[in-house]
Amino acid sequence: MSKDIYVFAEQRDGKLSKVSLELLGKARELADNLGQEVGAILLGLGIKEKAKTLIEHGADKVIVVDDPMLSEYMTEPFTKAVHAILTDKQPEIVLYGATSIGRDLAPRVSARLHTGLTADCTKLEIDDDSKLLLMTRPAFGGNIMATIVCQDFRPQMATVRPGVMTALERDSSRNGSVEEADVEFDASDMNIKIREILKSTKKAVDITEARYIVSGGRGVGVSGKFNLLRDLADALGGEVAASRACVDSGWMDKGCQVGQTGKTVRPELYMACGISGAIQHVAGMEEAELIIAINKNEAAPIFSIADLGVVGDLNNIIPKLTEAINKSKDQ
Amino acid sequence: MKIVVCAKQVPDTTEVRLDPKTNTLIREGVPSIINPDDKAGIEAALQLKETVPGCMVTVVCMGPPQADVALREALAMGCDDAILITDRAFGGSDTWATSSIIASALKKMDFDLIITGRQAIDGDTAQVGPQIAEHLGIPQVSYAEKIELEDDKLVVWRQFEDRCHIVEVAMPCLVTALAELAEPRFMSVGGIVDAYNTKEVKIWSYEDVKDTLDAANMGLKGSPTKVIKSFTKEAKGAGTLLKDLTDDEAVAAIMTKLQEKHII
Amino acid sequence: MVGFNLTKEQLLQQQLFRDFAEKEIKPIASQMDEEEKFSMELLDKLKRYGMMGIPYDKKYGGAGSDVLTYALCIEELSKIDGSTGVTVSVHTSLCCACINDFANEEQKEKYLRPLVDGRKVGCFGLTEPGAGTDASGQQSFARLVDDHYILNGQKVFTTNSGFADVFVIFALTDRSKGTRGISAFIIERDTPGLVVSKDIPRMGIRAASNAEVSLVDVKVPKANLIGSEGMGFKIAMTALAGGRIGIGAQAVGIAQGAINEAVKYVKERKQFGRRISQFQNTQFKLAELQTKVDAARIMVWRAAVAKDNHENYAPLAAMCKYFASEVANDVTRVCVQLLGGYGYSREYPLERMHRDAKITEIYEGTSEAMKMIISGAMKIN
Repeated sequence: MSKDIYVFAEQRDGKLSKVSLELLGKARELADNLGQEVGAILLGLGIKEKAKTLIEHGADKVIVVDDPMLSEYMTEPFTKAVHAILTDKQPEIVLYGATSIGRDLAPRVSARLHTGLTADCTKLEIDDDSKLLLMTRPAFGGNIMATIVCQDFRPQMATVRPGVMTALERDSSRNGSVEEADVEFDASDMNIKIREILKSTKKAVDITEARYIVSGGRGVGVSGKFNLLRDLADALGGEVAASRACVDSGWMDKGCQVGQTGKTVRPELYMACGISGAIQHVAGMEEAELIIAINKNEAAPIFSIADLGVVGDLNNIIPKLTEAINKSKDQ
Repeated sequence: MKIVVCAKQVPDTTEVRLDPKTNTLIREGVPSIINPDDKAGIEAALQLKETVPGCMVTVVCMGPPQADVALREALAMGCDDAILITDRAFGGSDTWATSSIIASALKKMDFDLIITGRQAIDGDTAQVGPQIAEHLGIPQVSYAEKIELEDDKLVVWRQFEDRCHIVEVAMPCLVTALAELAEPRFMSVGGIVDAYNTKEVKIWSYEDVKDTLDAANMGLKGSPTKVIKSFTKEAKGAGTLLKDLTDDEAVAAIMTKLQEKHII
Repeated sequence: MVGFNLTKEQLLQQQLFRDFAEKEIKPIASQMDEEEKFSMELLDKLKRYGMMGIPYDKKYGGAGSDVLTYALCIEELSKIDGSTGVTVSVHTSLCCACINDFANEEQKEKYLRPLVDGRKVGCFGLTEPGAGTDASGQQSFARLVDDHYILNGQKVFTTNSGFADVFVIFALTDRSKGTRGISAFIIERDTPGLVVSKDIPRMGIRAASNAEVSLVDVKVPKANLIGSEGMGFKIAMTALAGGRIGIGAQAVGIAQGAINEAVKYVKERKQFGRRISQFQNTQFKLAELQTKVDAARIMVWRAAVAKDNHENYAPLAAMCKYFASEVANDVTRVCVQLLGGYGYSREYPLERMHRDAKITEIYEGTSEAMKMIISGAMKIN
C-alpha cells in the first residue's frame, strides 16, 4: 500500500533551494489531509546536516544519500538514488521543484517507475471522494488550466514552480527521523563527464526577454529620475524601458523603447510610470499579463488598459515601493 | 553520423485569444508551427550536418495527418528524411504514452544523436525528451544552450538557472534543445521545391511499430495521467483605478497586487 | 494553381516569404527608406534563401519553382517594403530573363548560374535620357571592332545598378534598321568605362538602387552579345512583358500592406467615444479597397499561370500591371486618409507606401504604354 508524501529536496552547493521548503509546506497540508507523513529526499555530498532544516520546515523523516557521485547534479546518479528510495518507501505522492534540475530528474524517474507525472502545477489538492491528488496546471501557453489525476499508478508525481507554494514558518521544536539510504553506485552511472562549471554572468539587456518591466514616460521628467525606475527594476529583478519621448530626449537608449517605432514586449509585469498611454505606445505593450500604471492625470488613456491604476506622483510612490519590495525580500 | 530530431507541430499559442463573450479559446485562424525549441534542434542538427561529411538528419514527428506540413518545412530547411508517426490509436496519449510510441519508432532506426526540444508550447511539460531517453536506455543532457562535436563525443553547454555545466557525453545520447541553442534558418525556395518533389514524408502507423511498442502503452488507455477538467482562466476584467490615496496607501495597494500575482 | 487555390507547395512558399518579410525586412524598412540605401545584409539573405532565382531551372542553379510562386514572393516582400519587391523583381524578371530566354549555353553557365544561385545580382539597362516609353529611340551605340564591341552611351533609372554585378545593356549596332538595329549585351560591373552614378533622388522606393550608367568606350567581348545583332528589341520587350507580372505583384503587395496597416490602426484608434472601425464610413471604405486588391491579385495570378503554361500572357500581364498599379495608388491614398494626421507622419509606414505606389504606374512601361499593348491585342486600330 503506498503511503506518505515525499518531497525531492533540491540543493545547490550545499544550500537548500527555496522551492524545497515551499514544497514541504504543501506536502504537510496534503499529508495532514490524508493522515499520512511527510518525507524528504536529500541527495548530495556532505549535506547530512541540512536534514534538520527540512524537519524544521515540516518533514517527518528525511532520507539522505551522501555520496561523491551526487556532489553536482547529474541525471543518472540522481535518478538511480531517487528510484531506489521510491521503490523502497512506496510513497503515495512525490513532489519536485519545476526547476532546471527537477524538470530533468522527475521525467526520468517517472519513466523508470512507469508512473504518471504532471508538470508545473499551480494547485495541488486531495479530492474528497476519491482521495486522489488533483493536479492543476496551465497549458496551451498559459491560456487554459487543466486538472489532472493519476489514478492507477503510484506514486502520483508532480513538479511545482518556485514561488507558487508557501513554506511553513521554521519550527525548531519539530522532531523527525533521519535515515541514510544505501544506494549502490558504479562507475558506469557517471555516464556524463562535467568538464567545467561556469557560474552565471550577466547577459546583454533585451527588454523583449524580460519578465518584469518598469517603464517610464514623459512624466518621469528630468533624466536623473530614471534612476528611481532602475532601482525598482533591480528590486524586482526586471528591466527598464521607456516611451519614445524619453528616447528622443536622449534620456534612455533606443534599445529600451517600447511602442510602434520601438519594440513590442509581453512581460508578466509592465509598470507604466508617467506614461500617458497613446496608442503608439500601447501597441507595444498591451499584451503584458499584468499592467500597473502610475500617473498624476486621472484621465490618462493608460488607465483604460491597466489592471491596476494609481493616480499619484511617481516620484514619491516609486522609491517607497522599491523600499517595500526590498524589505519583503529580506524577511 | 546519424542525427534524429523529434519535432512537434503545435498551434502558435502566442496567437491564441480568449473570446470575451463565451470565455473559450478562439482556435480557428491560429497558425500551426513547428514548436520553437524543436526548430532550434533542427537547426543545430543541420549545422552539425554541414560540418560532418556524410551526416544524415532525419526528422520524426508524432501527430495527426496535418502535421505533414511541419515535416515538409523541416525537409525544406535541409533535413534528409521525415517520418510522421500517426494513428488514431495514439490519440489521447499523455507524456508516458507519447514517449513510449516515439521511442518504439526510434528503436527501429540507427542514430548517434537524438535531439528533442526542451518543451512544447502547448503542453509545456518538458517531459517527453527525458522519458524517451529512459525508454531507450541512453544518457540525456537537457537544457542545451550549445553543442559541439569533438571526435566521437558530444560536448554540451547545459544551462541551469544560476550556472552552466560544460559536459562531455558519449553517443548514442539524447539532448533537449533550448530555443537559444540555434537561430533557425528559413526554408529556401529550392528547399520547398525539393520537399514536395524529390523528398518524401514516410507515414508510420501502429502496424509499423507494433514489434517495438507494447499496445498497453499507447493512447488514452495507456496514459497513467488523465485530464479530468479543463477551463479557461478568469477573463481579465476591467482594471481598478485608485484615486485620492496617500503615497503609503498606493504602495500598499501595489504590493498586494504584486504578491497576489506571485511576482514578489 | 488548382482551381483558384494555391497548391500545398505554393502555400509553404508563401509562408516562407511572409515570415521572411516580417522578420528580416519589417524592422529595417523605414530606416532603409530614410537613408535611401538598400541593406546589403538583406540582399545577402534574399540570395541565401533562393529568392533571386525562383522561376529558373534547377539545372542552372535556380530554385526550380514557377512564375506564380515568384509573384507570391514579390507580393509578400512588397507588403512590407516596395523597394525590396522591385529589387528582386528587376533582377529576376528583367536581367535573368534576357539571359535565360535568349542566351546560349555558354553564356547561361557563365552568367545565368551565378545570378540565379544566389551569388550575383543583375540589372537591366534599356531606358535612356531620350528613350523612355519610346524605347526605340536608343542612342547608345555598339561598334564592332575585331572580336569585341565598343559601347558608348548613357542609361538612366537603372534599378539595382548601384550594386549589380551583371548588366544587361541595350545598344544600337545598326542605326539604319530602327528597332531591328538594337542589340543586347552582357557586361560585368568592373569593365573599364562602365561608370555608375549616385542613386537618383526619387519620390518613392528610395531604398532601391536606381542610378545612371555611363558607357565610355566600354570593351565588350563578342561572346557577350545575346542572340544575334538586331535581336535586342525583341529581347527587351519579351523581358518587360514578364516583368509586368512582377510589378503587378508589387503593386498588389503595397496595396495589401497598406490595408493591413489601416485595419490594425482603426481597430485601436478612438474618436467620438468609439473605435473608428465601428463607423460605417471606415468599414465601407476598407471593403471597397479590399475588393479592388482582390481583383488585382487574381489578375496577377492569371497572368503568372498563363506564363507558366506558355500561353499568350503578354496582354494579361499588361492588364494586371495597369490595373494593379492604379489600385495601389488609390488604396494607399485612402489608407493615409484613414489614419488622418498619423497617416501623413513618417512614424507610420502608410506615407511611404503611398510614395512607393506611384512608380508602379510609370516604370516597366507606363499605364499609357500598357493601354497601347492592350488595345493592340484587342486589334482595334
